[in-house]
Amino acid sequence: MASKEILLKSSPEVLLKQYPYLSAFFAGLTIDLEKSAGFPLSKIIREMNEEVAEDNAFNGENFIQQLQDFINQMQEFLGKDSNAVDSLTILPGKDKSGQPETFSSLVFEKSKITSIVGPTGSGKSRLLADIEWVAQGDTPTGRTILVNGEKPSTDWRFASGKKLVAQLSQNMNFVMDLTVMEFLELHARSRMVANEKEIINRIIEAANALAGEKFDADTPITSLSGGQSRALMIADTAMLSSSPVVLIDEIENAGIDRKKALQLLVGEEKVVLMATHDPILALMADQRIIIKNGGIHRVVKTSAEEKEMLSTLEDADRKLQLLRARLRAGEMLHRDQDS
Amino acid sequence: MNLITVSGPPSSGKTAVILKTAETLMRRGVKIGAVKFDCLHTDDDIAYEKAGIPVKKGLSGSLCPDHYFVSNIEAVLDWGLKEHFDLLVSESAGLCNRCSPYIKEIKAVCVIDNLSGINTPKKIGPMLRMADIVVITKGDIVSQAEREVFAARVHSVNPAAVIMHINGLTGQGAFELSTLLLEGDNHVDSLKGRKLRFSMPSALCSYCLGETRIGESYQMGNVRKINLEENQHGK
Repeated sequence: MASKEILLKSSPEVLLKQYPYLSAFFAGLTIDLEKSAGFPLSKIIREMNEEVAEDNAFNGENFIQQLQDFINQMQEFLGKDSNAVDSLTILPGKDKSGQPETFSSLVFEKSKITSIVGPTGSGKSRLLADIEWVAQGDTPTGRTILVNGEKPSTDWRFASGKKLVAQLSQNMNFVMDLTVMEFLELHARSRMVANEKEIINRIIEAANALAGEKFDADTPITSLSGGQSRALMIADTAMLSSSPVVLIDEIENAGIDRKKALQLLVGEEKVVLMATHDPILALMADQRIIIKNGGIHRVVKTSAEEKEMLSTLEDADRKLQLLRARLRAGEMLHRDQDS
Repeated sequence: MNLITVSGPPSSGKTAVILKTAETLMRRGVKIGAVKFDCLHTDDDIAYEKAGIPVKKGLSGSLCPDHYFVSNIEAVLDWGLKEHFDLLVSESAGLCNRCSPYIKEIKAVCVIDNLSGINTPKKIGPMLRMADIVVITKGDIVSQAEREVFAARVHSVNPAAVIMHINGLTGQGAFELSTLLLEGDNHVDSLKGRKLRFSMPSALCSYCLGETRIGESYQMGNVRKINLEENQHGK
């Protein structure tokens, strides 16, 4: 714990040496501390011109408080590996009509895929919100979420940089005006990972293995194709997101190898939840949740028959993809052409 | 009655977040009222009325909406007390990024959206830095990475705030915000003598008083000049 007295006696220079991550905090200020980096903060604050302080919305007391909060939170964040989640458990609540859910408990393990099915408005968002908020009987469904089989710490609700759920959906776009490399660097820095270069290279490699068409690190993220964007988002979420649970809202069937995408997430030890009505995706899951009227209506294991059907469906899908690739290449299609 | 101030840049989703949160609050039996402060025009009062929430609106016209807010919040509070609301929500648009609409010991929420650019948290002053709860919206249309980077930037300018993600369209996260709003006992009967968390943006020059002509000789009062020399060195 950094005490305010000690902080006040330290200079920005010394603090930066001691806590390198403070560069993010100092960068968030509109006041440039570089000029007086060698002076103790108490002196900088005391001698700051009132007009300058006002113009920069700077308040010394508040500044020291925020500095202390930031350091303490970061020390805690870096100090322990409490982000490891092996399983999530849902204890039943009730549906929209107040009927209790009938399962006794529902476990999502890491590296396992659960698909979620049910019409729009049936309660999929509510289920996700329960997980995101680590509900403790205090949401409209009355469900309880356990992490690693235990009542979780409230950090999952309130600590910044510690969110339980990462999301991937078809509606998501990249909006930043950056190249793939700059974008990944930015994300890696905000996560303060140690081996930045290595992770970035792994992500680009993995994304290219998923995408139908390759891209390189200098491509602006906004000019990636739909499939490439999705591939990059998935690889980035798998390897660089801090969240142990990934919720996928459909993955379109174009320009991306969906099976490999799921394998990547599973390989990175994520708990994977997937809202989908695409049989190929739904049947790739280990179990399936059926949602009805705001409640979890049934939980089923993917049956052996369904797994068999999956391989037939995958064959058909492969054929379709092949035809798509041929069309793209400008070829003519023929009826008996089959490989 | 509890008072909550909600603020944020234009079009960040303040009204949508409040409406979705109010919906869950009303379902929890909370009697809620709202006041909307804006500059030239707002239709948000209609949206509140449609949702069954009693609402007043205040347009500041040619005045700084922040100053207008602080000069009127007492009267609005009295209205809320007379109506016997459990909770009064004051919504104001942060129009110049230097807005400072929060009052000490009154819960303050800042709504900011993922589309506004990653440098936005740094650009916004007390409105973001002094908030108790920061709600980030429009997370459903940007990538997970951008959401994480944006939240990290918000955290670096306001480490103490609770940062929440709310989808203003589906309301995902709104129930959770309502829980935070109800937490603690913050009854207010009067704002007399209370203090703002930070001083408001100030100016008192001839243009504040209606001057329209351009030229040195028309500029009087609190006038400041751009420093083009310094600009050249990139600062």
